[in-house]
Amino acid sequence: MTVTTITDAELAPKDYASDQEVRWCPGCGDYAILKAVQKALAELGAPRERTVFVSGIGCAARFPYYLSTYGFHTIHGRAPAIATGIKLANPGLDVWVVTGDGDGLSIGGNHMLHVLRRNVDLQIILFNNEIYGLTKGQYSPTSRRGTHSPSTPQGSIESPVSPCAFALGAGARFVARAVDTQQPEVVALLKRAHAHHGASFVEVFQNCVVFNDGVFDHFTSKDVASDTQLHVEHGKPLVFGRNRERGLRLKPGTVALEVVPVGEGGVPPGDILVHDETNRALAQLLVALEPPAFPVALGVLYCNPAASYEAEVYAQARAAGFTGEPADLGALLRREGTWTVAP
Amino acid sequence: MDTTSTLRTRQAREAVVIRFAGDSGDGMQVTGSRFTVETALAGNDLTTFPDFPAEIRAPAGTTFGVSAFQIQFGARDVVTPGDAVDVLVAMNPAALKVEVKDLRRGGTILVDTGAFTERNLTKAGFPANPLEDGSLAPYQVLTFDITRLTTEAVKPFGLSSREAHRCRNMWALGLMLWMYGRDRQATIEWLHRKFADRAELAQANVAAVNAGHAFGETAEMSEHLVGYTVPSAPVEPGRYRTVSGTEALAWGLIAGMRAAGLEKMIFAGYPITPASLLLHTLANLKAYGVVTFQAEDEIAAIGAAIGAAYSGALGVTSSSGPGMALKTEMLGLAIATELPIVVINSQRAGPSTGMPTKAEQSDLFQAVHGRNGDAPLAVIAAATAVDCFEVAIEAVRIATTYMTPVIVLSDAYLAHAAEPWRLPDATALPKFPVHFRTDPADFHPFLRDPVTLARAWAVPGTPGLEHRIGGLEKDYDTGHISYDPDNHARMTRTRAAKIAGIASGIPPQRVALGDDHGAVAVVGWGSTYGAIHRAVSEARDEGGDVSHIHLRYLNPFPRNLGELLSRFERILVPEMNDGQLVQLLRAAYLVPAIGLSKVEGKPFKVSEIVQAIESTLKGQP
Repeated sequence: MTVTTITDAELAPKDYASDQEVRWCPGCGDYAILKAVQKALAELGAPRERTVFVSGIGCAARFPYYLSTYGFHTIHGRAPAIATGIKLANPGLDVWVVTGDGDGLSIGGNHMLHVLRRNVDLQIILFNNEIYGLTKGQYSPTSRRGTHSPSTPQGSIESPVSPCAFALGAGARFVARAVDTQQPEVVALLKRAHAHHGASFVEVFQNCVVFNDGVFDHFTSKDVASDTQLHVEHGKPLVFGRNRERGLRLKPGTVALEVVPVGEGGVPPGDILVHDETNRALAQLLVALEPPAFPVALGVLYCNPAASYEAEVYAQARAAGFTGEPADLGALLRREGTWTVAP
Repeated sequence: MDTTSTLRTRQAREAVVIRFAGDSGDGMQVTGSRFTVETALAGNDLTTFPDFPAEIRAPAGTTFGVSAFQIQFGARDVVTPGDAVDVLVAMNPAALKVEVKDLRRGGTILVDTGAFTERNLTKAGFPANPLEDGSLAPYQVLTFDITRLTTEAVKPFGLSSREAHRCRNMWALGLMLWMYGRDRQATIEWLHRKFADRAELAQANVAAVNAGHAFGETAEMSEHLVGYTVPSAPVEPGRYRTVSGTEALAWGLIAGMRAAGLEKMIFAGYPITPASLLLHTLANLKAYGVVTFQAEDEIAAIGAAIGAAYSGALGVTSSSGPGMALKTEMLGLAIATELPIVVINSQRAGPSTGMPTKAEQSDLFQAVHGRNGDAPLAVIAAATAVDCFEVAIEAVRIATTYMTPVIVLSDAYLAHAAEPWRLPDATALPKFPVHFRTDPADFHPFLRDPVTLARAWAVPGTPGLEHRIGGLEKDYDTGHISYDPDNHARMTRTRAAKIAGIASGIPPQRVALGDDHGAVAVVGWGSTYGAIHRAVSEARDEGGDVSHIHLRYLNPFPRNLGELLSRFERILVPEMNDGQLVQLLRAAYLVPAIGLSKVEGKPFKVSEIVQAIESTLKGQP
């Protein structure tokens, strides 16, 4: 049989779109993320036949249907488990997990914890809209206290989980954060996540126009964005503001960050922290920053690679004699303690 | 070694049941296993059953810390561990207290008097020493100070008193090997291997075995300490080994993977009694193409198996009742996406946590019906430890041929029970190579084989076959998401027809013993095979018009089953549950089957089934 080599041609973002009509609500942040993913795949030159998107349940989980790669729309919260099986069976595949705040941190929180600590080589994109959209607007594990929803008519009384803090706590070795509408940043982060061996966790703040519209406006709307967003870059000082006039430093005498003025009349430049994406303690401080006192930290907050899970699994298997070739089953059965009954 | 010249007159026995019992720390499982090997080497047929407590290390000397190992061996076909015990080896008072109830009247008790201290008697709850108060009068009691005799035997090797004490089981083993005229060589070699890095421990244990053996040979004891001969059983020539149900399953899965032409098996499990043994066994078989994965929970375990199947490997998961309950939603996904996985359920007594170490067959309904939606899958069951090998291969065949999850029902008894196995010729095992789809022409993921109705297995990595699957209903003709009413009806019926069609590829149901018509058919499934078989055999010896039918295929049933059952006047269905197969048979064939239920966490006794057969023959309910 002849195989048509489709991947030789240079693929454009549209080549990663499937023939299925996209059915998210008009104006949903998911559209922007879909475009960013298609663009990232094109820029990476990802072979469609070796690329697999795995999702759970929720609005975000429809994602695989809209891509022309392999796709598996699984069940609620369990995408990391199925993706782990895929990587164990074929480590050569490029596997992405698409999940949401409810899917990945509520019903699937346990799987998220373990896939991160095991460091399975996956790109995990968590669409955080702080709401259950597909089930019509209940509060989610990332909803802020006081969120009014059909199931919390008096407002939620639960403390939300911070996805990136969770990921760091679980032992993730790549943690990044972006805003759905900032396409160049999202594309860049997805490419970084792809380059990282091991589990890469990318949280995308995603606006739900129907049930939670504007929930991130306090740091994403154009008028406040530059004063409330800190785009971190490895080796660069942690500064932000319309004129990059503010920065972060360690508050003397404590292990806490403070916002200080930089430049003329500001603190000495040497006081401003320089981003080190391999520093877990710094990452933990950064993920916790919240407006209005602090900006929201975006970009690669933490990246500190180690051997991936499946690489170590196969290293052990090979050490134990795994070759990928059929071994002698007869020898296994005869291995020990046999006797012969003569005719 | 010439033993014949030193033998006193030995008495012949056709079959014997021995139960080794002691504290969890007394090494009774090792003792039983070693006795089993020597007995197998002596050519007897045998069946063993380890019966250990749920507690990992219960307080020493307590009744709930008693660990036992039962073996029946004989000169004839042995298919159960035996109803009543002939010889009870009791290493402490608690073991005597717990186990004496299964000893037949007139049976023999061997006790270590060294362990019958005031303290141990109190812990076991004996108000007075049973060795002295006449309560054991119905039995032959042989008393030895095994503790002292062992200590003396191992003295030259300079062990700590604790280590010396732990050699007691080998002394008892030595005596039992002498009693049944067994060789010791394999055990001695095994001890040297086991303690290869501690020569003094190896030597001490060997000395203990030899001392126990020599004691039997030379002791001037009462007439009760006699040796026996149990002639070898008539067995087919060939190469043999003993095999437990767990080992046979593990090897069968590997054989099945090979038969399917698959490169690797991803076996994903989560620790649960009594299924964990399979995970442990396969974790040591990586050289045979096995990758094991201990998942974070039962759901992730089956999820990984599904992911593996999606990627073209053999995906297998294994659990027991509570874990199976957790896997339910994933089974539905595997049914909807039509991916081949094998799911092994080592059943235990339920509901909920139930009795984790005790066998039951109460997950049959769960296996056949326990999912949301109309969600059929294949269910097969293993009858014996040896049968586990073939059943595992068959599970892989059905899964990969029909692109379906297959549930294999085993149980806590089969997981541990062992018997001799004539090794199959590994080169002559069945072959059923899978064909991954590679041709992009007119491809969609729900293209079906016209005969089996299996959908195409198209794995990631194949150019031109990129597609999306999931738990949402799919269009029959395109594989895209579909909410069309007629399409859902068609897909539901296609999924059902696919599973029903498995019956076309399996052998017709045979009668395991007896005629294919008559007064009574005893219909069983799973690990009750041995007890039913022996019971039917005994009833037939008494002239009873009764046959044994044992089902491997529980969903779908073999095509001829209804017709076969219709040829019997009455149908008796013994099950270790409250009546599940009996209901399935009644529902499928409208036959007046009656159940014989046992839910005590223990296997049937042959006598219990014999009694039920007699009543059924008389037409009594």
